[in-house]
Amino acid sequence: MIAYILRRLFQSIVVMLVVGLVSFSLFRYVGDPVATMMGQEASVADRAELRERLGLDDPFFVQFANYLGRAASGNFGISYRLQQPVMELILSRLPATLELAFVSGILAFVVGVSFGVYTALNRSGMLSSSIMTLSLIGVSLPTFLIGILLIWLFAVELRWLPSFGRGETVRLGYWTTGFLTPSGRASLILPAITLGLYQMTLIMRLVRAEMLEVLRSDYIKFARARGLSNRAIHFGHALKNTMVPVVTIAGLQLGSIIAFAIITETVFQWPGVGALFINSVQFVDIPVMAAYLMLIALIFVVINLVVDLLYYAIDPRLRIEQSGARH
Amino acid sequence: MTEPVLSVRNLIVEFPTRRGVLRAIDDLSFDIAPGEVLGVVGESGAGKSLTGAAIIGLLEPPGRVAGGEIRLAGERIDNLSPERMRTIRGKRIGMIFQDPLTSLNPLYRIGDQLTETILTHEPISARAARDKALRLLEEVGIPAAETRLSAYPHQFSGGMRQRVVIALALAVDPQLVIADEPTTALDVSVQAQIIALLKRICADRGASVMLITHDMGVIAETADRVCVLYAGRLAEIGPVRDVVKRPQHPYASGLMAAIPSLAGDPDEKLAQIPGSMPRLGAIPRGCAFNPRCGYAFDRCRTERPDAYPAGASQAACFLHDAASALPPEVAGRAAEAGIQVARVPAEARP
Ligand SMILES: Nc1ncnc2c1ncn2[C@@H]1O[C@H](COP(=O)(O)OP(=O)(O)O)[C@@H](O)[C@H]1O
Ligand code: SF4
Ligand SMILES: [Mg+2]
Repeated sequence: MIAYILRRLFQSIVVMLVVGLVSFSLFRYVGDPVATMMGQEASVADRAELRERLGLDDPFFVQFANYLGRAASGNFGISYRLQQPVMELILSRLPATLELAFVSGILAFVVGVSFGVYTALNRSGMLSSSIMTLSLIGVSLPTFLIGILLIWLFAVELRWLPSFGRGETVRLGYWTTGFLTPSGRASLILPAITLGLYQMTLIMRLVRAEMLEVLRSDYIKFARARGLSNRAIHFGHALKNTMVPVVTIAGLQLGSIIAFAIITETVFQWPGVGALFINSVQFVDIPVMAAYLMLIALIFVVINLVVDLLYYAIDPRLRIEQSGARH
Repeated sequence: MTEPVLSVRNLIVEFPTRRGVLRAIDDLSFDIAPGEVLGVVGESGAGKSLTGAAIIGLLEPPGRVAGGEIRLAGERIDNLSPERMRTIRGKRIGMIFQDPLTSLNPLYRIGDQLTETILTHEPISARAARDKALRLLEEVGIPAAETRLSAYPHQFSGGMRQRVVIALALAVDPQLVIADEPTTALDVSVQAQIIALLKRICADRGASVMLITHDMGVIAETADRVCVLYAGRLAEIGPVRDVVKRPQHPYASGLMAAIPSLAGDPDEKLAQIPGSMPRLGAIPRGCAFNPRCGYAFDRCRTERPDAYPAGASQAACFLHDAASALPPEVAGRAAEAGIQVARVPAEARP
């Protein structure tokens, strides 16, 4: 178990190093930071002096090592565009994205699993067919179109929900939350549905397929032969076995939700890191882009690690073989 | 005569398909007496598993019981509501499947699977259920049962898992146990132990057993009576000694001749029945066995035989129909082969 965790940690560090290299390369190969910082009229001597001061003449590995060192301590430099420390910018935008992703993730998981189980247990029902058809639309429509359709229906036509922004937020230390105000909660609904819909249909189809497979298995047949109630069979034995692979994949989807938040945040003018990234791309604000890249990679890596450990905790076959190998 | 524990009468099991209805079990009748072990044999695809599934009410749709009756201790059970049938499964009829490696839920501890089964059928406390689970594990011969209660299935060998499966099937003392090839998936070295365990534990409780198997050796040692199925129909049923030593149905006699241990002389070539069992939907008119039968005569190709008394057994074969005479040549050959033909024409008597 310890060896397993160490191995996974090592793999995570390798991944982060590679992403660090990519994000560092942005500085070297996309635009010239000196030109960006000094403007057109700076003298050649001034430029050389700045290059020297920024360490741009050092060997590649020295620069890369310095970059990683600063990144590890949370220092990603100053935004070209906003002239603020990048870390500060990101931290101020992160709560908006994480709250949105959290609500979308919960929504996708809860609704996805419930619909998946329902459609697996009632295979030929009317409602099941409707859910399956709707889910096809869910996977095939692009996110921005779903967002625009929802805005048109619920914000423009029905005027039930706000169409953009986070509403009123409350400050709790470093964190700004939209959960505590009515307008904050109302503002979350449409973007959360937009962002979570794709993952929801994915989870639903996965749960359905997996559950149908499990329901055909011998141990379910034997559970029926022992006279267990449908409830115990469906929501105990079958669901538990269904959830083993589902938890893994659903967990990994959380990473995608955070990454894909870019589109939803743009459509709903949601003040999160995704929107910050899009604006940075327009202005070639390399420090912000590089930091965003590292942040998303870090989130993916952490989620992967947690999911692996979770898988380990759920499935006794993995757990016991490992501990058995130790004695 | 005591009332049979299980009584199957004219059972028909069908599968509606796009190309018509397939009849997988056709007009099958048999009884199992209290405490009796009935062996059920036949080639793969003969309908053995479907018969078991029909009795316990677990036919997979679209399969369905399309006719006949199934009675458990006199009470009809083939037309019960799903909820009523559920209270019979496990409680009054236990079932053991072929593969112990896949019969147990890999994510549930053995003890939890046992107590769950007990608590489903008996109004006792969780504590009492756990004690009972422990006693069951000890009874089926699991060493260190106390600690094994909290083990997961993959921590047991195949033979040990089948012991656990037997404990589960017999957890609440069913009157009838259906064991569908309980040792086929196991290592040869443990097969005999498992069969002996099953027999002992059912005998201790006075439970009747329907033992489905390919293994005639197991049947000869374990069963009181044997039922031979062919293409979803009864071929022969009777006391084990009679069916094994003096089979009366031409198919049963072919089947017994194909068994090495029973054929006697080890150098003797094993008899093989020519051809193979027909697929469903391609079952010939008349007697299902007629294209492969060495005794088949005209009547066999047009009319379907009933089950007729044949020595101590019953055989679904016209050779045993006392109501009409046989072609002398057929009767002569059958009599020579040890088949007790019903009406031997005078000129064919030896
Ligand atoms: N779901 C099904 N649909 C159609 N035919 C089936 C189905 N299940 C079983 N059968 C047929 O029923 C016959 C009997 O099967 P089974 O009882 O499993 O045989 P066995 O004697 O080997 O246990 C076989 O010919 C099989 O093809
Ligand atoms: S009825 Fe005819 S074909 Fe069928 S087993 Fe008897 S002799 Fe053979
Ligand atoms: Mg079978």
